[in-house]
Amino acid sequence: MVTLERRAEPSTLWLYGTPALAVLLTMVAGGLLFTALGENPLEAIATIFWEPLFGEFAFFYRPQLLVKAGPLILIALGLSLGFRAGLWNIGAEGQYIVGALCGAAVALAFYPLEAVYIFPLMVLAGAVGGWAWAMIPAVLKVRFGTNEILVSLMLVYVAEQLLAKMALGALRNPDGAGFPGSRNLQQYPSAHNAELIAGTGMHWGVLTAFLAVIAAYILLERHVLGFQIKLAGQSPRAARFSGVDPRVLTLTCLGLSGAAAGLAGLFEVSGPAGQVSIDFNVGYGFTAIIVAFLGRLHPVGILLAGLLMALTYIGGEIAELNLGLPAAAIQVFQGMLLFFLLAVDVLTRYRLRLGRQRTA
Amino acid sequence: MALAVALLLPRLSALRYQRADRWGTDFLTQPLLRISGLTKAYPGVIANADISFELAPGEVHALLGENGAGKSTLVKMIYGLVAPDSGTMEMKGAPYRPAEPRAARAAGVGMVFQHFSLFDAMSVAENVALGMENPPSIARLEARIRDVSETYGLPLDPRRIVGDLSAGERQRVEIIRCLLQDPQLLIMDEPTSVLTPQEVDVLFATLRKLVAQGVTILYISHKLEEIRQLCDRATILRDGRKVATCQPRKNTARDMAEMMVGRSFATPARHTSETGDSILEINNLSRPPVGAFGTRLQAISLTVRRGEILGIGGVAGNGQDEFLAALSGEYRTLPETIVLDGVPIGHLGPSERRKRGLLSAPEERLGHAAAPDMSLTENALLTAAAREALLEKGFVRHERARHFTRKIMDAFDVRAPGPQTLARALSGGNLQKFVIGREVLQAPKVFVVNQPTWGVDAAAAAAIRQALLDMTRDGAAVLVISQDLDELIEISDSFGALTAGHLSDIRPTAALSIDEIGLMLGGAHKLDTAHA
Repeated sequence: MVTLERRAEPSTLWLYGTPALAVLLTMVAGGLLFTALGENPLEAIATIFWEPLFGEFAFFYRPQLLVKAGPLILIALGLSLGFRAGLWNIGAEGQYIVGALCGAAVALAFYPLEAVYIFPLMVLAGAVGGWAWAMIPAVLKVRFGTNEILVSLMLVYVAEQLLAKMALGALRNPDGAGFPGSRNLQQYPSAHNAELIAGTGMHWGVLTAFLAVIAAYILLERHVLGFQIKLAGQSPRAARFSGVDPRVLTLTCLGLSGAAAGLAGLFEVSGPAGQVSIDFNVGYGFTAIIVAFLGRLHPVGILLAGLLMALTYIGGEIAELNLGLPAAAIQVFQGMLLFFLLAVDVLTRYRLRLGRQRTA
Repeated sequence: MALAVALLLPRLSALRYQRADRWGTDFLTQPLLRISGLTKAYPGVIANADISFELAPGEVHALLGENGAGKSTLVKMIYGLVAPDSGTMEMKGAPYRPAEPRAARAAGVGMVFQHFSLFDAMSVAENVALGMENPPSIARLEARIRDVSETYGLPLDPRRIVGDLSAGERQRVEIIRCLLQDPQLLIMDEPTSVLTPQEVDVLFATLRKLVAQGVTILYISHKLEEIRQLCDRATILRDGRKVATCQPRKNTARDMAEMMVGRSFATPARHTSETGDSILEINNLSRPPVGAFGTRLQAISLTVRRGEILGIGGVAGNGQDEFLAALSGEYRTLPETIVLDGVPIGHLGPSERRKRGLLSAPEERLGHAAAPDMSLTENALLTAAAREALLEKGFVRHERARHFTRKIMDAFDVRAPGPQTLARALSGGNLQKFVIGREVLQAPKVFVVNQPTWGVDAAAAAAIRQALLDMTRDGAAVLVISQDLDELIEISDSFGALTAGHLSDIRPTAALSIDEIGLMLGGAHKLDTAHA
């Protein structure tokens, strides 16, 4: 008989060990899945994890790794602050879209003027756009006690409609022969979020994500706001007794996560994506939720988890191309990662005991 | 070798006491219940180790020990709620091993729990019927309840709705529920903790009647004077082991307390401090009830002076938590409702109030006064950030915070590996010392504390009371909310009772008799005493 026994204190070993175990279990279960699909499991796993980093075309894939990991890390960091405080913003995708729209709108308003202040203004507009979109669930929660999960999620669909409307309307390229989509910002030097070092994939957004890792680490470990966030998440009554105002904390955390998602959107639309189009958003805002938990809501963990997640994205695409694996199989594979992480999470608080319960 | 000696020593002293009392109970041929070598271990802790003792027919036997000494586990094994790992029990010479409470009840064992399991919306008789295997018709049951309540002097109308009853009356429902089954052994877990002194008298009269009829009572309590009044013998547990059996009437309360704790300790000493001018005023504090079971605070007004300890008595759940929240700043009022040192502060939050010198410590340690999964250092930061200057431009000064934490641990004898220990890992008593020490060392002008010594061993309780007394010497005022009347009588200068959200008149403690205190506590409820 297998029994679970509560640990006196959470195990530090398993706190850090479970993500690695989850990755391993995902490989095993994914291998079985690929076998069932008639593929060589080892080859499929190697394609996903090895090919992007060390394969023949690694010089092409490695920069992609940073391009994909950048927004994931930036959004996940913002979300992790709220998640730690028990505030569940799952509408980062919407905040990402609105941030991109606001930033792009600033750029297009200045077009074709060339000036150094345009890009900083776009960055500001992106952050403010994401922040404002997140303020809707935040203010509704503080004022009327609505559930931020539902409101923020539903606002994703509103943002998607807004994106379509903008791509077809106000932000459409006047010289685009009526095709949907805005002007390409990659061809507008003052607004282009270009690679900082050619061929590395390193653009302002990736740099911001790395700086945000450091800032989030300092905030959580050294600053009183980080302390209050953790306190409110762990014991809300103690937080109120300590003097933490739950309303202020809600506004702060949701605001910060919205601004981070908006920034990620801005860097994407002005860089890798280049233009506002109907299919601009590809799900970074949702994947970032997985990244945040895979990284244990810890800044350094999120950095690693973001890179790992980007790896499975790119590796998955290669597997689709080279092996003809269906896209759904890759999505299942990525989903399994979170599934196994949550499943083995129990080991940090409980220990497994085989056989009959013995006396201490 | 040294270990063996250490293990043997407590047993030797236990043997001495056993031999002494065997003379006293020799005339009894067969015990009602004989317990030999009962052991029960939970992961990481041995709740009961090799416990043996006997209950004679018709005796009141006290089970004494600090929180965590293993009393609850032991009686749960007797009542069939927990199965022992090893050891045996014999009921009147026959093997007794109840698999469930029903089996224990069938064998003649009844138990009255500290926390009642009654449905507020139902009548007394309906509640009693719910606990029976084959309940008779309600009319016949009501007649039997009246019969039992008259026989044993427990006034109770079977038709009343339980929600309207006082704590003492609710307990009578539980007792009558047990008595209807004609138990031979009645286990009572902390029965007097929620009773007024008058209600305690009623209960004791009933228990004596039961004993006169040959019922054995196993009585769990930490109120030693009560045990000296009521009990024939006492078994003392410490850390899961039996350390002594004694005759309470022949021992002082202090001797028994020291046996429970395993060492001697000092009694709090009072200073003759002069109380000064008013420092805290509460004017007409009212608060609507929070949730379905909250209590409405009804126009509470009081004044506390420098150097004064004001004791607020009353059973928990009568507005104590709501009252503390209004003082800590978790609940805000109009500015003038709470005036500290001449400044209206009713509208300020907890942090602002702390800066001004009004500190508090809520009753619930884990999750309210302290965050369970945070370290002691972080928990020090929880309330001491401003007064101890633990922040610099919003950044935590970790070294300073750790230093303050160590200071608390040293000054209040908090036993923990270090400042990085999680609050959850501390025992209840140690955490309480930490929570109290955290506030006391911040030198408050006014300190409000709810149940300062709840669940704390006698030595720690004495240390905490001493710390409260010492604060007043420096001109601080202390507002102690407690349901332990002995504690309030021991340390408070003036006394008020909080019942059903209503505060009685405040009167000097020294001038009050125990009966008068009981009447003040009875305030909101109509007091009924035994006439049977």
